Amino acid sequence: MKNLYLIYAGVFFTIAFSWGGLVLSSQIQQAGLVPVASEEGGQLYPRKASGYAIQGKLVYISQGCNYCHSQQVRPAGMGGDIARGWGQRSTVSRDYILQDRVLLGTMRTGPDLADIGGRQSSDDWHYLHLFDPQITSPGSNMPSFRQLFALRPLGATPSKDAIHVPPTHAAAAPAGYEWVPSERGRNLVAYLRSLKLDYNSPEAKLKE
Amino acid sequence: MSSPSVQNILNRHNPLAEGNLSRVAQIDRSLRSPVVFFTVMAALWLVVGSIFGVISAIKLHVPEFLNFEALTFGRSRTLHLNMVAYGWSFNAIFAVSIWLMHRLSRAELRNGWVPILGGIGWNLTLVYGMFAIADGQMTGVEWLEMPREVAPVLGLCFLLIGLWSVVAFSRRQTTHVYVSQWYILAAMFWLPILYLVAQMMILWFPARGTVQAITNWWFGHNAIGLFLTPVGVASMYYFIPKVLGRPIHSYYLSVVGFWTFALFYNWAGIHHLLGGPVPVWLQSAGIVASVMMVIPVLVTAINFHYTTTSSQAWGVIWGSPTLRFTVFGAMNYTLSSFAGSLMALRDVNAVTHFTNFTIGHAHHGMHAFLTMALFGAFYFILPRLAQREWPSATLIHLHFWLCAIGTIGYVVVMSIHGWMQGMQWNAAVMTPAQIAAAAEPWNYARTICGSLMTLGHTVFCVHVLWMLAPRAEKRQGPTLFAR
Repeated sequence: MKNLYLIYAGVFFTIAFSWGGLVLSSQIQQAGLVPVASEEGGQLYPRKASGYAIQGKLVYISQGCNYCHSQQVRPAGMGGDIARGWGQRSTVSRDYILQDRVLLGTMRTGPDLADIGGRQSSDDWHYLHLFDPQITSPGSNMPSFRQLFALRPLGATPSKDAIHVPPTHAAAAPAGYEWVPSERGRNLVAYLRSLKLDYNSPEAKLKE
Repeated sequence: MSSPSVQNILNRHNPLAEGNLSRVAQIDRSLRSPVVFFTVMAALWLVVGSIFGVISAIKLHVPEFLNFEALTFGRSRTLHLNMVAYGWSFNAIFAVSIWLMHRLSRAELRNGWVPILGGIGWNLTLVYGMFAIADGQMTGVEWLEMPREVAPVLGLCFLLIGLWSVVAFSRRQTTHVYVSQWYILAAMFWLPILYLVAQMMILWFPARGTVQAITNWWFGHNAIGLFLTPVGVASMYYFIPKVLGRPIHSYYLSVVGFWTFALFYNWAGIHHLLGGPVPVWLQSAGIVASVMMVIPVLVTAINFHYTTTSSQAWGVIWGSPTLRFTVFGAMNYTLSSFAGSLMALRDVNAVTHFTNFTIGHAHHGMHAFLTMALFGAFYFILPRLAQREWPSATLIHLHFWLCAIGTIGYVVVMSIHGWMQGMQWNAAVMTPAQIAAAAEPWNYARTICGSLMTLGHTVFCVHVLWMLAPRAEKRQGPTLFAR
């Protein structure tokens, strides 16, 4: 093995082979996937994300949520994803086709979020959980995301979007103030609530 | 093994004496500036990157530790990965591969300023990238977190640096081509292709849906497997026979090892997506390739094993800093690769995927194998370039034991805890908060092991800087572990 060109030809072949086999073949295979309706004329799934949810996804990425939370449900028989209620079915390629950044995740320091919008549908829960996870999930090792909230002087009446931090909490708003989510906080919660696995896909049906 | 003959072998490698051989000395002189530059950059990134690793580890058991936005776990962890990957291992590999390639090709480096220019660009861009990550401008794509505008600059700088391995090879003054040269040539060829394709298909012109994830792990796994690992293997193939003064056990095995490595490693990355929303046949192909990796790893292990055992020079292996680190790396290359093959099996993966087991495995490969092997290389290379010995055997001792205990402890802690974590998630009995609470003692142990490694890295960095700092006295004879 002394010939530079021969070595390079072999080396090039091996990487072209794997790229063609793994990446190119998948691109071809997925090119035909489109959103479908579960009944004729019905809503197409996966849904298009709302503008708030798209903005919220950028917050999700910039806070690095994806390093502790996956967004994929493995099929029954592989791990406890279904048994834990992280989804009523496994996720399939079609679920991700409208996403411009796919955040499958590789680590579960915390639970999977593919269906978090289905599991936790209350804004208030999400806000309190982000403000301090100990309020909603005592014992969690998730940090608080106080940067997504602002302390605001109280008006004549509490504002609609003020979050309900327990008055005994160490960071509870002082008298005359209230905690409200910032724009980033609101968008992030809109994104989390948009994560739902509540539709049938031709490749995976919801549990009856 | 009697002590005098050990001393004999070791003294034969007195770097200062070897430096007198005029041809080799000329080559080393031409390599001095770029290799020293990359080594110092690597050592500095290693220390800073390790500190971010420890910060991230502490956050897992003290969630509010340093909890401001720029250092939230998702960012500090990402800073750690990018600093040790692109800062430490890439710089270190630039240093080692440039030196190895020129030495093996018996060629001088004529335009040393070009790789240095590339290196300055590389490191400045990394600094920019790190600040961008701390500022939250992450891409969310593992191993490609720095904002996409760094890619053209990093790519260009890589070419300015990596090119010299090819140039050295084509100017070679030798008739024989050694196995280390194939690995380095291939690595310098593979990485730019991987990086270009991954940037294009994920960040610049995103591919459809989970094709992004497939490309991500084709890149992520291959950046390790087709760039970092081959240079680590090249380094071990060079230094084990070199310091022992014996030929490698089998040329034939090294050819088989190289081509099976090139063929199978390429396909293995898909095992990061087992059970995920990607075609099942792809997952099966990834499992097959991962298991087939046993062949190149076993072949390389056999080659190293017979080269070392047939020498019977245990005293040399233990007494030479280069060999002690390199052989430690070689043993862990074998172990971590076998573990990787097992982790790709579907039933094992169902437990270990998404847990600390995987993180332990990543450190097994990146630290216990690669980093330790690179340390071994530096203990050999630097004295020859600086024309000066390592100032302190005690510091080398400290460095070795802190890193060795830290890294093995880390892998053991993470593997045991990762397995427990996987069983706990899969059993669907404990709540997420209960699982987090059960992790606490293990997370403490992880912080302790990580701190040991970080201390070891600091010792190494201080030693490198101390050695290169201008001073009067010169040590005579090689610095060996005290006997």
